[in-house]
Amino acid sequence: MAITDENIKLHNPTPEPGVEELVSREYKYGFYTDIEQDKAPKGLNEDIIRLISAKKEEPEFMLEWRLKAFSHWLKMAKEEGQPKWANIHYPEINYQDIIYYAAPKKKPKLDSLDQVDPELLKTFEKLGIPLEEQKMLTGVAVDAVFDSVSVATTFKAKLAELGIIFCSFSEAVQNHPELVKKYLGTVVPPNDNFFAALNSAVFTDGSFCYVPKGVRCPMELSTYFRINAADTGQFERTLIVADEGAYVSYMEGCTAPMRDTNQLHAAVVELIALEGATVKYSTIQNWYAGDKEGKGGIFNFVTKRGKCLGKNSKISWTQVETGAAITWKYPGVILEGENSIGEFYSVAVTNNYQQADTGTKMIHFGKNTKSTIVSKGISAGHGNNTYRGLVKMQPRAKGARNYTQCDSLLIGDKCSANTFPYIEVQNSSSSAEHEASTSRISEDQIFYCKQRGLNTENAISMVVNGFCKEVFRELPMEFAVEATKLLSVSLDGSVG
Amino acid sequence: MLEIKNLRVAVGGKEILKGINLSVNAGEVHAVMGPNGSGKSTLAQVLAGHPTFQVIEGEVTYEGRNLLEMMPEDRAKEGVFMAFQYPVEIPGVSNAYFLRSAYNEIRKHRGEEELDAMEFLKLLRQRAKLMNIDESLLNRPVNEGFSGGEKKKNEVFQMAVLEPKLAILDETDSGLDIDALKVVAEGVNQLRRPERATVLITHYQRILNYITPDYVHVLVDGKIVRSGGKELALELEEKGYDWVREKEAVPAGA
Repeated sequence: MAITDENIKLHNPTPEPGVEELVSREYKYGFYTDIEQDKAPKGLNEDIIRLISAKKEEPEFMLEWRLKAFSHWLKMAKEEGQPKWANIHYPEINYQDIIYYAAPKKKPKLDSLDQVDPELLKTFEKLGIPLEEQKMLTGVAVDAVFDSVSVATTFKAKLAELGIIFCSFSEAVQNHPELVKKYLGTVVPPNDNFFAALNSAVFTDGSFCYVPKGVRCPMELSTYFRINAADTGQFERTLIVADEGAYVSYMEGCTAPMRDTNQLHAAVVELIALEGATVKYSTIQNWYAGDKEGKGGIFNFVTKRGKCLGKNSKISWTQVETGAAITWKYPGVILEGENSIGEFYSVAVTNNYQQADTGTKMIHFGKNTKSTIVSKGISAGHGNNTYRGLVKMQPRAKGARNYTQCDSLLIGDKCSANTFPYIEVQNSSSSAEHEASTSRISEDQIFYCKQRGLNTENAISMVVNGFCKEVFRELPMEFAVEATKLLSVSLDGSVG
Repeated sequence: MLEIKNLRVAVGGKEILKGINLSVNAGEVHAVMGPNGSGKSTLAQVLAGHPTFQVIEGEVTYEGRNLLEMMPEDRAKEGVFMAFQYPVEIPGVSNAYFLRSAYNEIRKHRGEEELDAMEFLKLLRQRAKLMNIDESLLNRPVNEGFSGGEKKKNEVFQMAVLEPKLAILDETDSGLDIDALKVVAEGVNQLRRPERATVLITHYQRILNYITPDYVHVLVDGKIVRSGGKELALELEEKGYDWVREKEAVPAGA
């Protein structure tokens, strides 16, 4: 008998879908909730900014702050336009074709979940985030952001007992204007970059947290973001301040419904740690990534930065980025206080036609400051994954140290991974270490797992989770389980 | 248990196995010996279902079922285990976690309840003790940073945990020092049961000093040229593979 295709077909098991086929998947959370909305007209100008500020009944200083940011943005837009240095490709965004304000019309003052719009509660249930259950079972205080306005806040009373303020940004502006005034824009100034300026001008809501001196926040604080209205950009603003000796761990997770047109998302997050304080910020990002052909999907341009202001303070970023058509994000830490510590742990997945240019900035000013960077990039399909990181040791950062580890994992042969580490050392007593690796999931690894009884999907999931382990173990327990699940959903098309 | 009839296998258009016939019953240990490039490892890989190897003719029946039709993971779940000649590293995944996933897949397949982490750890420790395996191995990532000997020991340990019906050992003895060889051999001997069959693929007679096979087969150039009892291995050791090659030279052309 000859070696023919027919003979081979006859005598061997039917070939499975290849690894590449398995990793292309549809977005699990593609649906749309019908809630009446109060929308501003399309476009961006001073009047819109005044409208936003008025709608939110903001004090004068906020409006001024926004208008100043807007003038910065106009200048940047005129001089340079959108930043072009990142390794991502996307069409020029028409900023006049975006609605900058949309709020659910029914906007009750809420003491309990009973008062929440039932449609909204259904949405959260579909997402697998039953607030009620979370409240009872996990002890997680959830500040749910739906479009741009917070509609449900839980556990507030308990936190208030400890003097912890955890509320929507709008409420903070109303109730704690002195704190907002003191810290807003001190880490990410309005003229920091194009998208931060845009956010500063038009942000509609977000979360605010203040943990007073010596208080350890007893629960993980968590927010779920969700873009819902068609063609509405979402501009979140988050500010977290940990006073001397305080500790807080904040978790942010997001999903978005399926959309044809690209949606812009330009958030700003600022973290501040005073002497001896620790802020831990964890993110799971699962925005709609576009379909298999690369159509649609969220443009995610985020500025996240923390400032270790006091001695012995610590800020730690952990992120699992699986969604969005484009991710442009560099959560960093400014290490001002002596002996302060900055950490960045990241898993970024790009599949199909997703593009990610992400990494961190560790700026060392203080003596004996220390930073750790662990970045894991996974590319599948036609995905393009770039790590871009800056480690900078200022002249007075004597004895500062950095350790960076960048690993890339490739699935299939049409994807790409890039690493751009920038290291600037301006004094002779500090040190920076950089390690990088690129590997591929091999057929042999898959076969080894299969020979032990695992199917291909489980085998991929096993290898990928092993690859991400150093990052996952930094996540809060509840999040780690979710991240593991999300990763297998992102990569093997199986649901759950 | 295992019936191989006229098995012909190609890889990349080149025929490697040229008509293998082999019958293995429960409770038996078969040693398949042969020089480099004779097709020994191909035989092991084909039985495990490696996609690189293509069967072009013949039949393989395992417990009355057509083995060649089954996916590799289904073969595993039905009790076929292969100890790899070159065990693969899976960074970041602990041995214990990996084995529990495999163990539970097999249990699920049998309609049995899965074991939770605690129950499984108990079982794992007990097997490790039995096999003289250091417990620290359980928490290390699968084969990552293992020495050659540790990798092979780990394969036999996995076999002890998964309790296959048909164990195929692909040159598990190569590259081992005498102590590691003894551990591996002892592991295999401990797993000898009336209901279990073992196919031991090896280049050297050495391991057969510790594991006494019921049958020895000599594979040369893709064909089994001689079969016999354990004494055949000794004869082979003494006279070398050329001896069977020469003997085979005449009928090969017929």
